[in-house]
Formats: sequence, structure tokens, C-alpha cells
Amino acid sequence: MKIMVGQGSCGIAAGASKVMTVLQNNLSDKGFDISITGCIGMCWLEPIVDVTEDNGKLHRFVKVGENEAKCIADAVISGNFESTLSLEITDEDNSFLTQQTRIALRNCGIINPESIDEYISCGGYSALKKVIFSMSQDDVIEEVKVSGLAGRGGAGFPTWFKWNAAKQSQGDEKYLICNADEGDPGAFMDRAVIESDPHSLIEGMLIGAYTIGAKEAVVYVRAEYPLAIVRLKKAIEQAKALGFVGKNIMGSTFSCDFRIKAGAGAFVCGEETALIESLEGSRGMPRLKPPFPAQEGYWHKPSNINNVETFANVAWIIENGGKAFSAMGTEDSKGTKVFALTGKVKRGGLVEIPMGKTLREVIFDIGGGIKNDKQFKAVQMGGPSGGCIPAELLDTVIDYKKLSATGAIMGSGGMVVMDESTCMVGMAKFFLDFTAKESCGKCVHCRIGTKRMQEILTRIVEGNGRSGDIELLEELCGAIKDGALCGLGQTAPNPVLTTIKYFRNEYEAHINDKKCPAKECTSLLTYEIDSSKCVGCTLCAKKCPVSAISGTLKSPHVIDADKCIKCGQCMSICKTKAISKN
Amino acid sequence: MCQCSCNNNINLELLNPVLEHYASVKGSLITILQQAQEIYGYLPTEAIYKVAEATGNTPAKVMGVATFYTQFRFKPIGKYLILLCKGTACHVNGSETIAQTIKELLGIDDGETTDDGLFSLSFVACLGCCSLSPVMMINDETYGSLTPEKVKKIISELKNNNN
Repeated sequence: MKIMVGQGSCGIAAGASKVMTVLQNNLSDKGFDISITGCIGMCWLEPIVDVTEDNGKLHRFVKVGENEAKCIADAVISGNFESTLSLEITDEDNSFLTQQTRIALRNCGIINPESIDEYISCGGYSALKKVIFSMSQDDVIEEVKVSGLAGRGGAGFPTWFKWNAAKQSQGDEKYLICNADEGDPGAFMDRAVIESDPHSLIEGMLIGAYTIGAKEAVVYVRAEYPLAIVRLKKAIEQAKALGFVGKNIMGSTFSCDFRIKAGAGAFVCGEETALIESLEGSRGMPRLKPPFPAQEGYWHKPSNINNVETFANVAWIIENGGKAFSAMGTEDSKGTKVFALTGKVKRGGLVEIPMGKTLREVIFDIGGGIKNDKQFKAVQMGGPSGGCIPAELLDTVIDYKKLSATGAIMGSGGMVVMDESTCMVGMAKFFLDFTAKESCGKCVHCRIGTKRMQEILTRIVEGNGRSGDIELLEELCGAIKDGALCGLGQTAPNPVLTTIKYFRNEYEAHINDKKCPAKECTSLLTYEIDSSKCVGCTLCAKKCPVSAISGTLKSPHVIDADKCIKCGQCMSICKTKAISKN
Repeated sequence: MCQCSCNNNINLELLNPVLEHYASVKGSLITILQQAQEIYGYLPTEAIYKVAEATGNTPAKVMGVATFYTQFRFKPIGKYLILLCKGTACHVNGSETIAQTIKELLGIDDGETTDDGLFSLSFVACLGCCSLSPVMMINDETYGSLTPEKVKKIISELKNNNN
């Protein structure tokens, strides 16, 4: 019997370590082996325990607490799983997985990420062997070209083209770099791949290094991902010990060393030239392009940079052929894409689907629709560089071009679902707060432009918006898009432009009527007590932190609007639902 | 020594092994600063000067790099460092209310430390645990699906542990 506990960051945060301890305490001395696995992507069901019987039957237990873990241990000992049936995943929840096609995530949540043997037994490192011993550099480039693989970090640039450019650059010192500085708030697929299947990244990078002629590979990982760094370190050591990394890989003439560099917290370092500056130990400020990194990158040597998900697809493409990859997807976008589905969606987690599915299929069929059966309002895609796509465009096909046409972008795959309670002006402000803070300050348009936009949005949500503010925002957006130096600035206006485009009425309500239709902007809200519903229980008056509520026992209470700080505590404590906000 | 408000209790010897290992490796400035912060919990001014001298940089250059990245701190932190996630999913699921609750409970804002030296608060861009949003991390422990009540309980438990 094989017992595995999902130990990705999400699982651990949900309590997987405690579950592991209970299982170990109850089972280890009885000869059962309990191992860890990475993230299967069903984050809303964590902690997850998989028990596979000797006959191959899988029992997947979800939302396992310490008590449930004890029951599972008992079932494992007795071999009778009837008593734990209610703890197993439902067919409906399981449809989250069965509707997916997993390539980049092929081993995530299935193998032990800390065991290179398990990776090898799933066919790992055979693509590398094939490349080194039977393919030329041009063969690999051709295969990747046939696959149609494009950069999964956001820009969607053809991978083969970058590899070819780096290969053709003169110089015997070249670098292959992995951008694992997953900075988009709301995206966590790269973290999941590194934590759950680090060898697939290493293998993809080695194939890339062989192709461009690099002898050194560097992974730039966000410092906020400590577990990913630990697992990657371990994986590199294991690969080194078995001769997949280092000098004369698998006895060939190909040598490649690996290094991890931990980032130090700067969103702009997701931009490739800023990342290079940071790797060199400087402030992460973008360089002017050209020259492109393929000509002059890390230490001004030819360098190639791809993101984690891009590399995680490479070994599969080599093994199965570029055609198998390009058979999936649309005319413009090939293969699969991983999305981090979060926000107000019932089933949040990692979703890998072939390009060409619609947003509706992902959010409603796979994600199960909106939490608490509220109304879908918009989905935010592409993080601070992307935009909000409204309900009327739910049937938009997932494809680089089609998504860009909405004003949003594919981005790295963050998909944050919003319901009617999310204020779209507030959302735009949220992203501008972010980009204004993260702007590196090198170019004027981004540094000052994002600041001005942030100020305008702040006054709108605080009820001080002026007529003409929408037009002013649009003008600023245009100037920043045209004038900013790098991708961060050029795309920073997208959240504002898309919310103005699809939710202009919300901006107008804030500015003209001083109302927030989503009832989220506290400055524009008033709390009132309905005297016909209030029974005078005094609970709200006692709870109010600023003593803004007055009234005597058993008679209706009143809120003093001048004193009220709009914390909403009265509303959540009221038992007769007499308090409303407007 | 430098002219600022130096804390003479800083043991700069602790930096020697780090500098011996990295000072001559080009491009290692961020790594050195990360390890210095690991040692002291923050970057004391004296350490910045020492790193500058050992790496052949001006203190201004080292300070310029350190202030660029959000990871680096220039003041000592409390025993419990609260990292409150301000990512998109957390925002949509109410991280603002959680921030408000912590601020009221502890009387500190982003980047500040309580007078008793117990808690520091820091807002971070995204912890990547979006499906458990709103999320915060205290030292190495992650707490998800937060509500104001849950936060109050967590903080009072930590306070009690120290009484």
C-alpha cells in the first residue's frame, strides 16, 4: 500500500504536516511507508491524502484533519476502506481533474518531488538522453518550432526563436536562465511546478542549455518561495549525483552547471533585463533593448531566459514530438496552459487545459462557478499587466490573440474571479497601488504616470472624484503605454483601461453620485438601522468601537453617521438583519 | 566607524565567513545582504559599511541595492514577523479587513514593530497561497482563510505564549 500526503505550500498551510505526523505515528511502526507528494492543484480540498492499494485502487481523501487522519490510518491497517468512504473525494470535485489535460503539471501531486528515482521511473531524463545522443542543436530547435511552444511567462514569444537567436550568437560563454520570479499577485503555477516536480524544470533547462550551447544554468527564484528553493536545491544535488548535471553529462561531451539565485522582492525583476541586472547583484532596473539578451545578456554574454512553465513542457515535447503538442490548441496558440484559478470561485486551484477552451468552461465547468451562488462579474487575467474581462465575454476562447483583443492578456496565467461584491474601480486602484509601488523609477512615464493614476483612482474611491477624471485617466494611460521603457510600465494601464471600457458606469457612479455600486468602498457607504427590524438588543451598540450607536434596551437604535467609521462590525453581529449598508 | 546612530552592540565578526566566501565572487552583493539579514534579522548600518568595504563598493551603492528590494529591512524586527498577503486573490477575499484588524490589535502599520518588540507587520505582494486567501505568514507558519476573529485568536495565543 502506498500512502502519500500532498505537501505543497498550500497543503502545508492547510495543515498537511500535522496530518503527516498523525499518519506516521500510527503507521510507521507497522511497516507502512508514508511519503510526500507535491501539489495536485485542488487547493480548496487540501490537505489531501492518497492511499493506493496494492491492486492499484486509489483512495483520495480530502480536507483531512488530524481526526480524519487517524480514521484513515485505521482503515489502512484493517484494509477496509468502507468506514472512510465519506472522507473520499466526490465525483463532482474529481471532475476538476478529469476535465484537464496535464503536460506541464504531468507529475505534480503524483510523484514524490524529493525523489529523483520516482521522476526517472515516470520517464524522466529520457528526453535529455535522446537530445544529447541523437539530436543536433538544430534538431531540437526544429522540434520546438513544430510544437509551437510560446513563452508561458506572459509575452507569448515563440520559444524556438529565442533559442535559435541565442544559439546563433557568437561566443563560447553563454547562459541559460530560468525566470522563476513569479511576481503576478494571484499566480502560483511556477511555484507549484518547482515544489512538485523540480526535475521536469531541470530537464527542460538542460535541453535548453544543450541547444543554445550554455555551460551554466541559473534559476532566479522569488525569495517568497522558500519551499520551492529547498526542493530545487535538493533536486539539483540528486541530478548532480547521478550525472545529469555537471561535467560530461551522461558520459557525453555536454557539460552544464546549475545555480539557484534567490530574488529579494521586486516585481520588475520578472522583466528579463531587470532580472539580469538583479542576477549581477545590482538594482533590478530594465535595460534598453536592443541589444536583446540573446546577444548581450548576463555579464553581457549571450543569454536565454524562459519561465518555469515553458521549460516544464520541453521534455514532454521532445519525448512525444512537437506535433503531439501542436495538435492541441488553436491556430495561434498551441499546446496547453496552466491557470491559477482563484478568487470567488467554488473550486480554486491549478487548471491545465488545451488552448481553445473558453473562459466559461474553465470558471464554470472546471471551477464549479461562483462561491455562494452569487453573480459572476468579471475575471482578472494577467495580473497587474492584464485586465478584467466581463460576463458578456465569458465565451472568449483562451488564445493569446483572442484574450489580447479583450484588453486583458494571457499573462502568466493568474485568473482571479470576481463576483458582484467586488468594486471594479477599487480593483483598478488595487493594481495601480501595486504598480506605482513596484515601478523601478528609471523612466518618467512609469514612475510619475502610475503615481498620478493612483492618486486619481484614490480620490475617486474616496468620494472626491471630479468630472473629467475618467478622460484624464484615459489620457494618462495612452501616454504611459507609449512612453514607458519596459513591459511593467507599458502594461500598467491595462487594469484601468479594461475597467473603464467594461465598467464605465461604476466609475461614473463613484464620481457623479458618490456611490459604490458594489458596496465595497467604505468612504462612500452609510450604515443604517431599520427601526422596524431592530429589537433593541443593544449588541451593536456594545460592539461599536467608536460608540456611534445609541438607543435604549428593547427600543430601536440609531447610528450617528458622523461618528461611524464604517467598520461593519454592527452589521455582522446583528441577529435580526436590521442593519444595512448603502 | 560611521557617523550615524550606530548600535555598537552589533558583532561584525559574524559577517566574516560570509564575506570570505562571497566578497570576491562577482554579482554576489544581494546574496551577501541576504545572509547578513539572516544573521542580524535586519541590515544594521555598520554591516552595510562593512559589506561595502569588503566588496569594493561605495556604501551608497550597497544602500541603493538594499533599498531597491522589499526583502531588506533596516530596523530590528519583532519576535513574530507577520507577513500579510496583499495579492489579488487576498484583496478580493477581504485582506483589507484583515489588515485593519491587525493594525487595530497591535497598533502598528506596515513596516512597524510593537513597542514590546513582539510583533512586526509587513505587507507582501503575494505569498502564492491564493486558494487559502486571505493569508498571512507568521515566521514560518502560514495561516489561511482568515477572518477578523481568527486573527484575534492567533495573535492572542502568540501573546499568551510570551507571558
